[in-house]
Amino acid sequence: MRKLKEAIIEKTLLTSALVTIAVTAGIILVLSIEAVNFFSEVSVLDFLTDTEWTPLFADKHFGILPLLSGTLLTSIIAIAFAVPIGLSISIYISEYAPKSFRRTIKPALELLAAVPTVVYGFFALTVVTPFLQTFIPGLSGFNSLSAGLVMGIMIIPFISSLSEDALHAVPNSLREAGYGMGSTKLQNSFRILVPAASSGIIVSVILAISRAIGETMIVAIAAGQQPRLTFDPTVPVETITAYIVQVSLGDVQHGSLEYRTIFAAGITLFIFTFLLNTLSYQIRKKFREKYE
Amino acid sequence: MSKEKKDTVIDKSIKRKHKLQAKGVKVFYNDFMAIKGIDMNIRANKVTAFIGPSGCGKSTFLRLFDRMNDYVDGFRMEGEILIDGENIYKKKVNVEQLRKQVGMVFQKPNPFPKSIFENVAYGLKIQGIKDKKFLQEKVVASLKQVALWDEVKDDLHKSALALSGGQQQRLCIARALAVEPSIILMDEPTSALDPLSTAKIEELIYELKEKYTIVIVTHNMQQAGRVSDYTAFFYLGELIEYDKSKKLFTNPEKQQTENYITGRFG
Repeated sequence: MRKLKEAIIEKTLLTSALVTIAVTAGIILVLSIEAVNFFSEVSVLDFLTDTEWTPLFADKHFGILPLLSGTLLTSIIAIAFAVPIGLSISIYISEYAPKSFRRTIKPALELLAAVPTVVYGFFALTVVTPFLQTFIPGLSGFNSLSAGLVMGIMIIPFISSLSEDALHAVPNSLREAGYGMGSTKLQNSFRILVPAASSGIIVSVILAISRAIGETMIVAIAAGQQPRLTFDPTVPVETITAYIVQVSLGDVQHGSLEYRTIFAAGITLFIFTFLLNTLSYQIRKKFREKYE
Repeated sequence: MSKEKKDTVIDKSIKRKHKLQAKGVKVFYNDFMAIKGIDMNIRANKVTAFIGPSGCGKSTFLRLFDRMNDYVDGFRMEGEILIDGENIYKKKVNVEQLRKQVGMVFQKPNPFPKSIFENVAYGLKIQGIKDKKFLQEKVVASLKQVALWDEVKDDLHKSALALSGGQQQRLCIARALAVEPSIILMDEPTSALDPLSTAKIEELIYELKEKYTIVIVTHNMQQAGRVSDYTAFFYLGELIEYDKSKKLFTNPEKQQTENYITGRFG
């Protein structure tokens, strides 16, 4: 009887694991099939080199570059904003702050990641953009600058929390070695601890990039829906994710070429985040070996 | 020229028999009293060993001399620690400057995850020294001092973590020597090493005492007997006996000391 119970539990756990894998495989399968259908009508070369993305217009162009540039631009702004701040926070919490403060501030920061992204999106659109417009008169109502900055705020806790874990995991003997040589706190942090924790910090940044590239609501709300190949942060752009939302919500006929564009865009996005996650996994693996 | 002369005069005037002094030192970790009032004078250019059972406070006491306990939660101290007659726990003392004068070697070899060269040059670099030729000379000299040069001279830019434990510990000593301290504190420097590496470190300690005042914490009584001129026996946060090593190991005054060195407890 007991054996039977064990067997049932084991099979249930196995099934849950298999279901997850099956869903992932299903997603990849659907993405691939639809993308193959798409690429049977549009050449891969056009997709990668055409500088216009106008699948919903009469004059159809299927160049992914404008969407890609929108995605990269907002992500770069977010990362450029979040990395220095997130890293400073992590060094402060790990090396300077009293332990009691660390216990309160870390969960508080992680709360930033729990704010629904739609709230961030409206925050960018209705607060940050008008605020920035007082400094930058040419800033349009939808722009990648405020979307990027707010996305940066959203990913700060990813960087600060994971980097702090990495810094905190540096053996105390190294900290003491640094102080023993006469390092100041600042020298110890930047010359010894940050390099020693570098793999963990890099992983945190890569995960944050991956999060920024996949982020949808903020950019859909605040960055606009005008695919254009530009690196000007003051004008409206459209990211891959925002385009997918636009088409999914619109009245595009299922099975049409226009409909299939979202799978082509989706698989591009998937490849990017997949590569980033693989990279971070590899770095983490290396990191583990180093300390054993 | 005249300035140089003046400096040596000052140096001589402050040159004392007792390099390190403790006056009425008590240490607390929160409510726990780890050191219960110790007065001690440690002689210049000698090797002084601290022995005693685990938890007797000898490491805590050692770490007072370069203020390494400052980072321990709940640490509090009473009394005075003097180096060359100066209280190092006074408010205006520059702790970083103090630590350049006092080198520390830890129980587990703890080289930085950098190259061998960068490890030894670290202390000089954080003082803002950039002169490549000077750094190179200093690194070579320090590595030669710890007899590591022949083993690593072709691998200076390889990671220090690739060295063996014994080599790493000698590297850590070289790193400490590079900034020209006058005092070297060693906290069980050989407890993680094999006998051969231990012998090398002991030999090194013997050579270094010409130029440095060395204090070594050890669990190994043979080691204390071999390398030290003076030995202090600590028990439960108190200094029980402190004498010439020969005297302490052959004819201790106190019963507790005798019990410990003959292996009856600890």
